[in-house]
Amino acid sequence: MTERYVVAIDQGTTSTRCIVFDRRGRLVSLAQQEHKQYFPRPGWVEHDAAEIWRNVERLAPDALRRAGITESQVAAVGIANQRETTLLWERDTGTPVGHAIVWQDTRTDQLVQDLLGKEGAKQVEHDSALPMATYFSGPRLRWMLDHHPGLRERAERGEILFGTMETWLIWKLTGGLHVTDVTNASRTMLLDVHSLDWSPAALAFFGVPRAMLPEVRPSVGVFGTAVAAFPGVRIGAALGDQQAALFGQTCFAPGEAKCTYGTGSFLLLNTGGELVRSTHGLLSTVAYQMEGGPPAYALEGSIAITGSLVQWFRDQLELIATAPEIETLARTVADNGGCYIVPAFSGLYAPYWRSEARGVIVGLTSYITKGHLARAVLEATAWQTREVLDAMNLDSGLDLAVLRVDGGMTADNLLMQFLADVLDVPVVRPLAAETVSLGAAYAAGLAVGYWPDLEGLRQNWHRAAQWLPAMDPAVRTAEYGNWRRAVERTFDWTRQS
Amino acid sequence: MPATVQSIERAAAILRLLGGGSRHLPLGEIAHSLDLAKGTTHGILRTLQHVGFVEQDRVSGHYQLGAGLVRPGAGYLDPNELRSHAINWADPLAARTGEAVRVGTVLDGRVLVVHHVFRPDDTFQTLDVGTLLPIHATALGKVLLAYRSAGVAPPADLDRFTRRTVRTPHGLAAEVVRVRDAGWGYEVEEMTPGNASVAAPIRGPGGLVVGAVGTSGLVERICDRRYHPHPHLVALVRETARAISRELGDGRH
Repeated sequence: MTERYVVAIDQGTTSTRCIVFDRRGRLVSLAQQEHKQYFPRPGWVEHDAAEIWRNVERLAPDALRRAGITESQVAAVGIANQRETTLLWERDTGTPVGHAIVWQDTRTDQLVQDLLGKEGAKQVEHDSALPMATYFSGPRLRWMLDHHPGLRERAERGEILFGTMETWLIWKLTGGLHVTDVTNASRTMLLDVHSLDWSPAALAFFGVPRAMLPEVRPSVGVFGTAVAAFPGVRIGAALGDQQAALFGQTCFAPGEAKCTYGTGSFLLLNTGGELVRSTHGLLSTVAYQMEGGPPAYALEGSIAITGSLVQWFRDQLELIATAPEIETLARTVADNGGCYIVPAFSGLYAPYWRSEARGVIVGLTSYITKGHLARAVLEATAWQTREVLDAMNLDSGLDLAVLRVDGGMTADNLLMQFLADVLDVPVVRPLAAETVSLGAAYAAGLAVGYWPDLEGLRQNWHRAAQWLPAMDPAVRTAEYGNWRRAVERTFDWTRQS
Repeated sequence: MPATVQSIERAAAILRLLGGGSRHLPLGEIAHSLDLAKGTTHGILRTLQHVGFVEQDRVSGHYQLGAGLVRPGAGYLDPNELRSHAINWADPLAARTGEAVRVGTVLDGRVLVVHHVFRPDDTFQTLDVGTLLPIHATALGKVLLAYRSAGVAPPADLDRFTRRTVRTPHGLAAEVVRVRDAGWGYEVEEMTPGNASVAAPIRGPGGLVVGAVGTSGLVERICDRRYHPHPHLVALVRETARAISRELGDGRH
C-alpha cells in the first residue's frame, strides 16, 4: 500500500507555508513564500488576497514535489490562518474588492470609539464574548461597507462576499464554496458564541447584510473537495492559527494550555465545553469544534510585545547583532541588577488593556550594564506571561500544572528557565516545533479518519525539552512585586484619546 | 611561486584601507581609492561583512572594520546563535532516530553542549545545555578535534572513563585521521558503559567547522552486532549536519 500524508496550509501574517506531515506527525517537506505588506498610511496594514492565493497555487505542488508524493497520496488538507484579517470579493468574478485589511490595522480606532457609545454595544460584546476593539473583523467590515460607495447595496443583493483568510482560501480551493469555521468566526464579533451562528443583533448593530456572510461550519470536518492547488483532495479542517497551535500541542483537555512565543505571544487555555467569561482582561474564544460534537472553548491572553522587544533591542538600541545573542549578553550578569523594562510600546494588552500606557525602563543606577538590560528584556516576556496566567487561573478556577511552549523564543534557554521559575510550573517544549501547521494537519487528518481519535494524536506528542522551577519562592514574590510596581509606572503616560 | 588569488589581495587591501586613518568609509570612496569597479568592491565588502571582518553602519551605510577581525581566532559564531540555527534540524533528527540529540562546540578544550533534544520517549530527562563533555571520549569531541574547530589541540591528559576510553595521544591521533577520512565520528562505550554516540561536523561560511551535531543512546540501538553504528543512523546525522551547515551559509552543501 502506498504511504499517505496530510498537508497543512499555514496562511500567516508575513508568509504562507505548505507543510507535508506523515502518520506520526513528522514534518516531511515544507515550502514557504512571503507576501507583500502594504502600509498605505500610518496604522494601516493590508495584504493582496490574490497574491496570497497565487502563492498557495505555487506552494502546493512545490511541497508535494519536495516530499516526492502526488495528490493521490494526500489524505486531506488542513488550513490554519492569520486571524481577524478581513476581506471582500465579488461572487461572480472572484475578484477581491481592494486589499484585505490585516489584524494589526488600527484604522477603525475612531469607529470603535463611536460604536462603543451606540445602543446595543453591550449586547454585541455579550453575544460575541469579545470587547469592542480594532483587533476584530466586525468593525473592519463595517468600515469597508462605509467607505466603498454602493458596496452595501451590492452586498445585500449577494454580489459581494465577506471572509477571513480561511474562507477566501476554501472558496478558491473548491471553486466557490463560501464557508468559515467556528474559531475564525469567533474572532469577528459577529458570531453568537453559544448558538455558533451569526448573531442577528450583531449584524444589525454593525449594519452587515446576512447575504454576504459565509456559512459557519465546525473546524474539524470535511468542508469540500479541492479543484485547484490540490485537485481531488478533501479539505478536512480550518482553524485560526493560535487555535491550531493549541490543537497541535494536543491540549484537548480542560486545564491544558500552550503559549506561542513570537513577535507577540498568545497563551490559550482549553476550558472545555464551558465558555468562561473573563473578569480579568482575557478573551473568550472557540478552541475548536469537531463535526457532530460540542464546541471546546478557550481563554486567550494576548501579549503585544515579546519577541519584538528583542528586535527593538537589536535594531533600535543596536546592543546585539542577532536576536539569539541576547542570551549571551544576559548571561554576562547574574541578575537584572534591579532594572525592569515594561514594553508598553503601544499600550498594554492582557490583562490590563490600557492603550494610554507607554513603555518604561526603571531601576536605572550607575551599576546597570547592557547585560542587565538584556536580562530585563528577557524577563519582561516571562513576567507578562505570569500576569496572563494569573488572570487565567482566577477566571477558570483551573490551576495550570504545566505550560507547553512553542515559537522562536523557545530557543532561548535562559528565558525558558526564567519562565519556569516565575510561573512556578514546568515549562515543556514539544519535539514538533511547527505546532500551527501540525494542528491544522491533525484536525484535517481526524476529519477523514487518517488518525482515529484525539488520544491517538497524543501518542505523537513528545517532550523535546523541559525546564523545572528552581527559584526561591521569596525571591519570586519580591521580583513579581517589583515588576508590578514597574508596570504601574507605565499607566496614564499619554492621555486617552 | 604559485599564482596568487586576486580577490584575496583586494580583500586585504580593503581591510588595510579601513584599518588606516579614517575609521569608516563609503563604498564609492573605497572603490575609488583602490581603483576598482564599484560592483567588484561591493561584492568583496559583502563577503567580508558576511564573515564578520567588516561592518556596515546602518544609518550612513559606511563600512568599517568588524568585531570578527579583533580576535579572529575566537569563536565567531555565538553558541546561542548556533542553537537557533540548529533547533529546527535537531528536532527531526531526534524524531527519526528515536534518540537524544546534542549540538556541541569547543570551550576551553572541552565540548560545550549548546543544544540538547530529549530522547522522544517521554521518560524523565534533564537538559544538559551548558555542561562540558570530554573531547576525547565523545563523538562530538572527536569530530571537533578532527577539524581543529576553534584551534583546539588534543588534551595532554586523557582521562579514563571506561576500559574502552582512548588513553594515548597516538590512539587519539588515529581516531582523528579516521574521522577526517570518513567525514563523521563515533564512540562505543568510551565515555559511559552501554552507551554509544555518532556525530558529524557543522560548517560555517568557507567550510570552517563551528560545531558538531550528534545522537547518542544505548549501544544495542546505535550499533549493529559488530559494534559499528547503523548506516542509516550515520546517514541521518550527516544529513542533519549538512542541513544546519547550509543554513549557516556553507555554500557547498
